[in-house]
Amino acid sequence: MSHASIVVEDLTKVFRVAERRTGAFGTVTGLFHRRYRAVEALKGVSFTLGEGELLGLIGPNGAGKSTTIKILCGILEPSAGRCEVGGLVPWRDRVRHVARIGAVFGQRTQLWWDLPVSESFELLRDIYRVAPDRYRQTRDELIGLLDLERLLATPVRQLSLGQRVRCEIAASMLHEPRVLFLDEPTIGLDAVAKLAVRDFVKTLNRERGVTVILTTHDMQDVEALAERVIVIGKGVILADSSLSALRRGALAERRLWVHFARDVEVLDMPGATVRQWQGNSVELSFDPRVTSAHRLIAHVAAAYEVEDVHLEEPPIEEVIARFYALHSVEA
Amino acid sequence: MIGAAASAVRPYQAVLRVRFQLLLQYRAAAIAGFVTQCWWGAIKVMVLAAFFRETVATPMTLRQAIDYTWLGQALLTLLPWSVDPEIARMVRSGDVAYERLRPIDTYAYWYARAVARRTATPLLRAIPMVITAGFILPMIGMSAWGLSAPASREAAALFVVSMVLVIALSSAVATLMEVLTVATLSDRGVNTLVGPLIIILSGSLIPLPLYPEWLQPALRLQPFAGLLDTPFRIYTGHLDATAALAALVRQAVWIVVLVGIGRVLMARVMARLQAQGG
Repeated sequence: MSHASIVVEDLTKVFRVAERRTGAFGTVTGLFHRRYRAVEALKGVSFTLGEGELLGLIGPNGAGKSTTIKILCGILEPSAGRCEVGGLVPWRDRVRHVARIGAVFGQRTQLWWDLPVSESFELLRDIYRVAPDRYRQTRDELIGLLDLERLLATPVRQLSLGQRVRCEIAASMLHEPRVLFLDEPTIGLDAVAKLAVRDFVKTLNRERGVTVILTTHDMQDVEALAERVIVIGKGVILADSSLSALRRGALAERRLWVHFARDVEVLDMPGATVRQWQGNSVELSFDPRVTSAHRLIAHVAAAYEVEDVHLEEPPIEEVIARFYALHSVEA
Repeated sequence: MIGAAASAVRPYQAVLRVRFQLLLQYRAAAIAGFVTQCWWGAIKVMVLAAFFRETVATPMTLRQAIDYTWLGQALLTLLPWSVDPEIARMVRSGDVAYERLRPIDTYAYWYARAVARRTATPLLRAIPMVITAGFILPMIGMSAWGLSAPASREAAALFVVSMVLVIALSSAVATLMEVLTVATLSDRGVNTLVGPLIIILSGSLIPLPLYPEWLQPALRLQPFAGLLDTPFRIYTGHLDATAALAALVRQAVWIVVLVGIGRVLMARVMARLQAQGG
């Protein structure tokens, strides 16, 4: 088995959450007898991922994305099920496992608040026991790719979020792992920083063949990066497919914008429905299985004086929202 | 063989070195601490002097009690009376689970941090205290109130060994407190309960020999005596060579026991730890 392939089989995780009783009496009894509620975060999740694949894990808050990633990283033990990353069981072979993976959690820091970035990197070099010349080479490459040169002397607590996340990602790659886990890496970032993160992840995956699992709420991340998407809702996998297949299944419709040369009194477009008017422009939606863009354009051009047309696909956010609605999970 | 050992300790050495250097930078806190500890030292010495004047049979001489007191003030920050604030913050925020992402033994990692804290901070404070109590006070004619030299050359050597054991023991206690912090999800309880206990039972508040005779066997055997009382009694010559060696063995045994408990407890606590969030 290769060092970078991932097998997940029937993974289940049940959290025990202490329930607080209400009222004065409840507070007193709570001191003696705690009541626990079992929360099933994962109910049998299975998938496999080959070396060099990039998987986007999406789903609403509380769906089980982060729980899955935490189990894969070895910091959480599942209640049942099997999981292997490169032949190792993450929580059982924790030290050997985490030495071979990289992980970035967008809302947490793994750097040391009071250390400058360069010293954090050096400490990681020693913690991961990276050979000095190997380290220098990797570090310089990462500094170049993520544009970190000017940040090296700054203590981590003084970095902006975007700067910090770039440093975190570099930190996670200093020991050249073959697998990288990213849990909401772009959360809270501005557009420029998001692009930098995406470009970097793309480079790692496409050029270096690093296996990547990414969770995100940002559909642009998914669109830019993931060929394969797993949608999780309420602890189960709702879909495991390519983004385009997901689109076909959930919201196959396409959009046609028509800009007319003059006011149109009555619009007759068989096979299409009007979504909105904007001045002399109209947005139509149609199902490509019922009618084709070609037929619609021919029809509208013949019947009206048309200045311009263009075709669109519904934004991915809308596709996912529709998908959640179809599976009755709340975003 | 040596290469493998060097590679095994490399992460912990690095953590120790980095934390040590970092903690040396807190000079303002050191100056404030120095002033406070001088003040308290002076008051304690005067109280002891008053006490010794009214008492005929004393378990230690005033000279020994004064030295014991100044050493206690100089090395106050060796005592593990509070949890590492950064670890406390990680426990509160839940970041502590992410410590498991590092490919190292978490206990050894935290222990290395504790050693840095128990060496850098006391070093910054001990040097000016020893200069003040040991050299400046005698120079201005107050040698009776200052810190005197170790009782003998032998005592000095045993004191050094004992101090090394103090650092190891103090770090073991500190790491155990940090594990308890993770178990209880707050540093509040641990600091409130263990802090005062350590200040009393280490001899920092009142030298342990001054407690009632019937308490002495119990005070000798409890682990916190090894934090201050043991090296100070050796320094002042309150323990003869045989008694000193026995005390060193007790220190070593407690280190082994507390590290053992800490490791077992950490393994259990970390396995139970549930990083929350979907």
